[in-house]
Amino acid sequence: MTGSSYFELLRLTAPEIIVALTALLVLVLDLSVLRQAALATRLRCAVMVACIGCVLSLLMLENFPAQGGLPEAMLVVTPLTQLVKVALLALAIGVLLLVSSARFTTHAGEYCALILFATTAMMLLVSTQNLLVIFITIEFLSLSLYVLTAFDKQSQASAEAGLKYFLFGGMSAGILLFGMSLLYGLSGSLALEAISATVSRAPGDPLLTLAMVMVLAGFGFKIAAAPFHMWAPEVYQGAPTGSAALIASSSKVASFFALFVVFYVGLMGAAGNAAWGNYSAGWAPLIALIATLSMLWGNLAAIAQTSVRRLLAYSAIGHAGYMLIALVVHSRQSLAALVYYVITYALATVGAFGVLSALEDEKLDSIADFAGLGKRSPALAFCLLIFLLSLAGVPPLAGFFGKFYVFVSALRTAEPFGLLWLVLLALAMSVVSFYYYLKILKQAYVSEPSTGAMAIRVPMATRIVLWATATLLVLLGCLPGLLVNRIVAALWFGK
Amino acid sequence: MAMLAWTIYLSFLGAVAVTLTPARRPAVARVTALLTALAGLGIAIVAAVHGDRSGQLTTVVQTPWIPQLGIEYHLAADGISLILVVLTGIAAVAGILFSWNVERRVKDFFALYLVLIGAVYGVFLSFDLFLLFVFYEIAIIPKYFLIAIWGSTRREYAAMKLVLYSFAGSALVLAGMVAAYVVAGQRTLNLEALAHYPFPVHFQMWAFPVVFVGFAVLAGMWPFHTWAPTGHAAAPTAASMLLAGVVMKLGAYGCLRVAMMLFPRGLEPWGFHVLGFGSWQQVFAVLAVIGIVYGASIALVQKDLKFVVGYSSVSHMGFVLLGLMTLNQIGLSGAVYQMFSHGIIAGLLFAVVGRMVYDRTHTRDLRELSRIPLARLLPFAAVTFVLAMMASIGLPGFSGFIAELQVLIGSWSAFPWMSCVAGVGILIGIAFSWRALQATFFGEGEKTATEALPPITMPERLGAFLLLGSTVVLGLYPRLLMDLIMPSLNGPLFEQLRRGVWR
Repeated sequence: MTGSSYFELLRLTAPEIIVALTALLVLVLDLSVLRQAALATRLRCAVMVACIGCVLSLLMLENFPAQGGLPEAMLVVTPLTQLVKVALLALAIGVLLLVSSARFTTHAGEYCALILFATTAMMLLVSTQNLLVIFITIEFLSLSLYVLTAFDKQSQASAEAGLKYFLFGGMSAGILLFGMSLLYGLSGSLALEAISATVSRAPGDPLLTLAMVMVLAGFGFKIAAAPFHMWAPEVYQGAPTGSAALIASSSKVASFFALFVVFYVGLMGAAGNAAWGNYSAGWAPLIALIATLSMLWGNLAAIAQTSVRRLLAYSAIGHAGYMLIALVVHSRQSLAALVYYVITYALATVGAFGVLSALEDEKLDSIADFAGLGKRSPALAFCLLIFLLSLAGVPPLAGFFGKFYVFVSALRTAEPFGLLWLVLLALAMSVVSFYYYLKILKQAYVSEPSTGAMAIRVPMATRIVLWATATLLVLLGCLPGLLVNRIVAALWFGK
Repeated sequence: MAMLAWTIYLSFLGAVAVTLTPARRPAVARVTALLTALAGLGIAIVAAVHGDRSGQLTTVVQTPWIPQLGIEYHLAADGISLILVVLTGIAAVAGILFSWNVERRVKDFFALYLVLIGAVYGVFLSFDLFLLFVFYEIAIIPKYFLIAIWGSTRREYAAMKLVLYSFAGSALVLAGMVAAYVVAGQRTLNLEALAHYPFPVHFQMWAFPVVFVGFAVLAGMWPFHTWAPTGHAAAPTAASMLLAGVVMKLGAYGCLRVAMMLFPRGLEPWGFHVLGFGSWQQVFAVLAVIGIVYGASIALVQKDLKFVVGYSSVSHMGFVLLGLMTLNQIGLSGAVYQMFSHGIIAGLLFAVVGRMVYDRTHTRDLRELSRIPLARLLPFAAVTFVLAMMASIGLPGFSGFIAELQVLIGSWSAFPWMSCVAGVGILIGIAFSWRALQATFFGEGEKTATEALPPITMPERLGAFLLLGSTVVLGLYPRLLMDLIMPSLNGPLFEQLRRGVWR
């Protein structure tokens, strides 16, 4: 690399560098200045510094938008990746604020630093189109998340979840790497653009098929799509609330974006066709299959859950199915729809976990524990109402427009209505999902609180996160143009 | 006309205002809700009086909403919308008058009630399909809580059943809506524009039944009606009045405004026969007639008074659907007239059954009621119920007569034998009305030593007068509505329907 490209590297990765440096700063501060301070103070300071870092990085992204790339597509920074990074940072801030009242750990600095490291990894993941860098960032992200999952040392569930996550994750990383190595072997290049040229020449190559299946399996694990979802219920239930919120929200955003980029940019030539009656082999039918499985299994299994966290996990699997529809379509409009969907989905999820974190002191987890929430804390219950209805896709909340946008993009394919079967399945499953979300809300609003239940005190920081996410969901639902505008402008930029 | 939009805004603002009233003074919440509903009704009536009678669409608001997708915030009204808006206003006011005695969680009750009202106004006034759908779905959530929190018999089951049926129906509508949007080139969801868009026939052939069934679920079409009786029976009085009176009309309105207006050629003959059916028109007409007879027959054997009224709603909504399927002017206008008429009459019946009788006697079992000499204890309720039943079975002088007569004439020219079957349905209707009336108010009265029941209150009287007055006025002077309905049906919006399959 020449000197100028080092400068280019610094310029392009400035937001990531800020976040990473903040993480180190948080660590150092916690170990030096704040060593003797009370735990609450340490945690609060760590969160504050971390948030300031994220905000600085956000400002950097918004005010000095950089564009460009490095050789071999190791970094590809476009307005769209900037937008996704803004979302990732905002979600990280939300999660950090939720953490600020946590009491399960004495390692305040490490916890916040890990959240920041995970965020750095995600930011790098969305801004690369190079197989090696993708793999490294995914591993970086996963390692941070494993530790975050197992961070509650007093809790057996947390350790179990961490181990389960790690074992599944390790295996899927191996599979992913094997798939990538095959792709490299086939094309002799790590950059997706170059791979794409090779793929287009011989889309039916059996080795390529194997590579695609393996890459898909590796990513399927990250996005918790059936049948690679086994870890999700355990992790959602066992992990500390903040960690679970991070895994459920921003990690999903980054993974979905990267997945789309890999298949859209790198493997476009071997897409095949999942349209009804016009099937041809490739990854699109394969993903359609995974989407079908995820929608069915996630939504149907969620009905049987009694734990709210496990229910959210299964509903996340179902949502992964809806989002995979956008990948089956693989048009530019479907990418816009996916970005809108995944961002609003992540917002609602962070909100839902925020509600759970407010109830954490009471160790509330089963649906029955939510009885009378509307009386005990009207504000909390109202926020929960908004989050769950947005997840269910009820207008005028953001989740509805996300679904609408994805469905519109799905029906607008080369063969008219080729993917109608997927859309109809998704619609049927969204009716199912409405049932289990409403089950929670029924407890909150209809059932009477158990005797002796008192009003709930919600920490200030959590309250801010709840109101901010709820407001955003209503706002983006009523005026979807706000976000769609930015996505569309970023997507069609320079094309 | 510009104020029409305020029916929606006022209702939502009223809901917010109600939640802000002091918790210790439930009267304030009641009065706020009543004033809001009255204001809505006032606006609706003024708009209807000044409404355009030439069949043109009057735009209230039209502004870009999601410009990237060509979706607009477009409120407008034609004659059909106007009369349904008036109906909503009347039902809203009456419902609040009849729930004056709600004591538990008063604020929540009226807030949810007003949200539901606002959403219903929104559906009737939306002329962008996306917007219409948004309001249509907003209406679902308050229904659930109104029934699940304040309801009676198996309320949680009934509430869940109702919203799942509604949501499933709206999922079908959404599928049709997205498909229509994509086929029409992804530029607009404006109903006026789509009504003139020439959708391919084979597309209309499958889009029509999907959307029609989606809306008809909410209109109580057999065999998707089962949510209606359980839901109506479980709901608190005001909610049953709204459910039967207005929410079922949302479904019927959607059938007419969306399914039939956008995809009229879906009603054309298929060109082949399956089980003797040659077109969707015949399929849905038969389902409507089955609904009429089936609803009436089931009502004949119910033990629970509210279920009697609930099944009678299914039967009467069958007339709306039958009228729509006649595809001739008199049948369609009869269907729209029946929407209004049944909205008033069903509201009245549920008010008597739920508020005047059940809240006082705490039973709806016909056998137990027959032991209480209710006619003597509650003469006002008895008279109201007799009049309501007379209106319900379609005696001349009441609005139901005008409506069902038109539907029958229309269906006589479209499919004569179905007309006869529907006539049998009316006869059964007389039977079950007679039976319910007899058992409830004019029973043997063995229990002579009955404790005095609380007298009928002023709000109840007002509500009853409002509803009775409406049905009688419209029974005696149908031109009030017909002048609004006919030009709209002959207007440019239904041009494709008239050109294609109108007979």
